[in-house]
Amino acid sequence: MLRRIVFAVVAIGLVACATYASFYVAPEERTMGAIQRIFYFHASTAWAGETTFFVCFVANLLYIWKRKPQYDWLGLACAEVGAACITVVLVTGPIWAKPVWGIWWTWDARLTSTFVLWILYICYLLLRTLLDEPERRALLSALFGVFAFIDVPIVFGAIRWWRTQHPAPVIMGGPGSGLDPVMKKVFFFNVLAMHVFAGFLIAERYYLEKTRHGVELLQREAEAR
Amino acid sequence: MALLSNAAVLVGKEVRTEFRSRELLSTTIVFVLVVVVVFSFTFDPTSSESRRFGPGLLWMAFLFAASLMLQPCFLREQTADTLTALRLAVEDPFAIFLAKIAANTLFLLLMELLMLPVFAALFNVSFAAQLPAILLTFFLGSLGISVVGTALAAISAQARMRELLLPLLLLPLLTPVLVVSTEVTIRLMQAEPYLEWRGIGLMAAFDAVFLTVLWLFGEYFLEE
Amino acid sequence: MPAAQRSIGLQFDQVEKRYGSVYALRNLTFHIAPGECVALAGRNGSGKTTLLRVAARLVRPGRGTVSYSGADRNRRPAIGFVAHAPMVYEELTAEENLLFFARLQNVEHPAEQVGKLLAEVGLEDRRDSPVRTFSRGMRQRTAIARALLARPSLLLFDEPATGLDAESGFWLTDQVRKLRDSGCTIVMSLHGESELARLATRAVRLEAGGLIADTHRGAMFQSIFAGTAI
Repeated sequence: MLRRIVFAVVAIGLVACATYASFYVAPEERTMGAIQRIFYFHASTAWAGETTFFVCFVANLLYIWKRKPQYDWLGLACAEVGAACITVVLVTGPIWAKPVWGIWWTWDARLTSTFVLWILYICYLLLRTLLDEPERRALLSALFGVFAFIDVPIVFGAIRWWRTQHPAPVIMGGPGSGLDPVMKKVFFFNVLAMHVFAGFLIAERYYLEKTRHGVELLQREAEAR
Repeated sequence: MALLSNAAVLVGKEVRTEFRSRELLSTTIVFVLVVVVVFSFTFDPTSSESRRFGPGLLWMAFLFAASLMLQPCFLREQTADTLTALRLAVEDPFAIFLAKIAANTLFLLLMELLMLPVFAALFNVSFAAQLPAILLTFFLGSLGISVVGTALAAISAQARMRELLLPLLLLPLLTPVLVVSTEVTIRLMQAEPYLEWRGIGLMAAFDAVFLTVLWLFGEYFLEE
Repeated sequence: MPAAQRSIGLQFDQVEKRYGSVYALRNLTFHIAPGECVALAGRNGSGKTTLLRVAARLVRPGRGTVSYSGADRNRRPAIGFVAHAPMVYEELTAEENLLFFARLQNVEHPAEQVGKLLAEVGLEDRRDSPVRTFSRGMRQRTAIARALLARPSLLLFDEPATGLDAESGFWLTDQVRKLRDSGCTIVMSLHGESELARLATRAVRLEAGGLIADTHRGAMFQSIFAGTAI
């Protein structure tokens, strides 16, 4: 319990500091103005979402190999937190894009791939709700998760190639490209903070799943008597 | 090699079963036709517009048709529990997948090739000169759809809402196939047609990657 | 009746299988010697079907091991499995079904074997009819022919007499007797004491996934089926 509280405090604290830094430490961007500050939050959440997706993939593989329910709980927690991260990314992106570039959305490589990634996460979660038996659910969703993860780089590659054929406005230059050194530090601090926060959320979700599982076992044992 | 001979026997059975009733093929072909007609209402089918939108529309129709056509793949094996008999009979469960993928690719290809002249007539485009290239494109695309589709059919057959689940899971995963094959087909339909080898390479890579993944994990899809 | 290649024994070691929080099999340990004919009794949900499916390698146990004594180490043991569903393709004819499964299992001289089996199970004159036109009894005969194609060393029956009329029931009992006498190892799950049960050389009773009685350990045959042997 103490560990969870400490983790919570550290995670929230880091995010608070990172937000402060984004608003007060980082210099104002020349062309875009204050709205650019959303970039720190947006891009760092995107990175956290991608890391989470990778951890989900590893958890899926481990479940297929070892069949321990803990890996299933981890995969589920990562998928939910990852989906939340990407949702944030897809919402903050347009909020930033509209005032700066005048458009809500563009079908460039990165945005389109992110959208597909988000849909795949949602499909994983949806699939889980449609499988009743716990071991089948864990195994089949893990298999889908593996397929989805392997597909993502191919999706990105294919869409990027497609985009070279049909050039479109590229908005949101890559993070770290031409960033002022102070901005870079603030950005990477945000990345750290978002990763820790995502980790905290995953841990809490994992704990919730573990508890739910324990309750189910107790219920069954009570029924059997 | 046992895997291939098993798969060959299985493919024979799949093809024989389908050609006896032809219900899957005929329903799928009609469905694709309907989709193409309905979609054509969404743009003005002049020649240049057709060349731009046509291939995308064609591949979308193929994808939708496939997501419905792949449903019975494993559902059929559930009615008399023949899947259990197959699992008992074959050494390597991947043979079951290999056979279904081969059969599904064949059926998809057949459907696509039958649609081609219809499409050419409806939209006033000509494919005659590029037929081998078209065949290659259709083959690689259909193979990709089959590999992923058969795997997902095995998953959705065990879930609820399976009729909706398979298209839902399949379409996002097949984004690369849709994007790349559309591009390659556009190039093959334009005024100066040529085969985009990079696209072909991407499609072949997709097929190889997922076939390998399925080979590694295939038995778990059918496990109880 | 094609002779078994070499009958094998079956060994379960602390096998456990869970579905969610329900234990279908619980710490199950027993040994079946080659050539034994075992009747498996127990209520619905006692784990009989799961036991048979684990023995057939269709279901992976969560814990424990299943091994086959006397089996050729390099090859999978030839196991025949007959369940409630016939496990044959309705659209194909009896002959096509059997030829298909024969080729799949690399049976030698498939056409010949199929012909012999069709005669054995009394479906010779219906060989060219699609299975969907068959009665339940005829489907079960096709299922048994399918199970016997690869000359199995171990035969597993999951309530095989369900839904069979009297005549087919007698026929089934006759087939099992012949198989038992040819030395095949047989395990059959049954509902109650019956003609089929009386063919068994041993009876065991399952309850809640565990073995609670075994004639090998002195329990009485009748009490196994009555459920009074604890």
